[in-house]
Amino acid sequence: MTAVCPECEGPIRLAEDLMEGEIIPCGDCGAELEVLSVTPLKLGLAPEVQEDWGE
Amino acid sequence: MIRVSIVGGSGYVGGELLRILLKHPHVEVRQVTSERLAGQWFHRAHPHLRGLSDLRFVPMEKLEACDVLVLALPHGRAMRSIDRWARLADRIIDCSADFRLRDPTVYERWYGTPHRAPAWLDRFVYGLPELNREAIRNARYVSGVGCNAVATILAVWPLVRAGLVDSGRGIIAEVKAGSSEAGRQAGPASHHPERSRSIRSYAPVGHRHTAEVQMALGLEAVHLSMTAVETVRGVLATCHVFSKRPVTERDLWRAYREAYAGEPFVRIVHERTGLYRHPDPKVLVGSNYADVGWALDEQTGRIVAFGAIDNLMKGAAGNAVQCLNLMCGFDERAGLDAPGLYPV
Repeated sequence: MTAVCPECEGPIRLAEDLMEGEIIPCGDCGAELEVLSVTPLKLGLAPEVQEDWGE
Repeated sequence: MIRVSIVGGSGYVGGELLRILLKHPHVEVRQVTSERLAGQWFHRAHPHLRGLSDLRFVPMEKLEACDVLVLALPHGRAMRSIDRWARLADRIIDCSADFRLRDPTVYERWYGTPHRAPAWLDRFVYGLPELNREAIRNARYVSGVGCNAVATILAVWPLVRAGLVDSGRGIIAEVKAGSSEAGRQAGPASHHPERSRSIRSYAPVGHRHTAEVQMALGLEAVHLSMTAVETVRGVLATCHVFSKRPVTERDLWRAYREAYAGEPFVRIVHERTGLYRHPDPKVLVGSNYADVGWALDEQTGRIVAFGAIDNLMKGAAGNAVQCLNLMCGFDERAGLDAPGLYPV
């Protein structure tokens, strides 16, 4: 099963046993994507934790 | 197997050529010249190559005919003897700046001296496969590339190709470069107490590679500013471009993907999180990869395009071997498939 990243439009390969709420990283842009719905398949950006770069 | 000889093999580019070609599946290294080290083993100049070859450096006068001659001489030397080199080999790759520019008046303006073999300029193809692949494949004579120019060109090319660049405002590239760019000859600027921990603006305007970027991109308004930094290897070009129309992240993903689809040595690095979300030459040491990426300020339309390379590889020797592979009909990746070292 494949999908398109809603952030960068890159291809994403998905497991057959995908579950709602699962977090999937996009291999191209690194976005953390949340499975909002399996049928129909809907992916959205997962809430981000702000990184602390110590700067 | 083809027979390849290297003219000027004791410098850093010569060393990288040897490191690649001694392990290349379709190349037999026949002769490598050095006037200063003639008769000495290669490892006198390149200690990491100890035990990899039974050959020794030879003087130029001993050069014999071969299939491909790779010239790794200081700028200005290749053009003085180009007729002689052409008698020795059907194919030539010149790593210096001598045959990069097509126009001898442009050459004189940037290099401060008349070109010694202007009739040869049209016979050379500019050796950047990402822009000139088919021409290189069919060429007998291919020029090298400038490392700072390559990092800048590859960073910005997708934007130019997509018609996004406001040519009136042009491109401003801040290029940070490691010390090996300066070559093997030591001077006051490379003396350790002076060079170490320095962040030196050594060519804020007027760098010679500007002409190469202008020619490759077909843009006049190109501005390079060079800064020498602490690293030994690596170039990072940070290029500021203003879009002539509103642009989104998705537009930029499309532009970069379309420009570099199928390119064996260009990788898009543009991630939302992580330490390496943008290209960083640190992870490219020893590899022929060029990493490109961007950041977009949607408020102002400013696109910051990044290009990172190892200056001795994609900026010189690795790119030359990539051209050799194309010219000789080999797999473009032959001898070049190693990733960079990490951590370094």
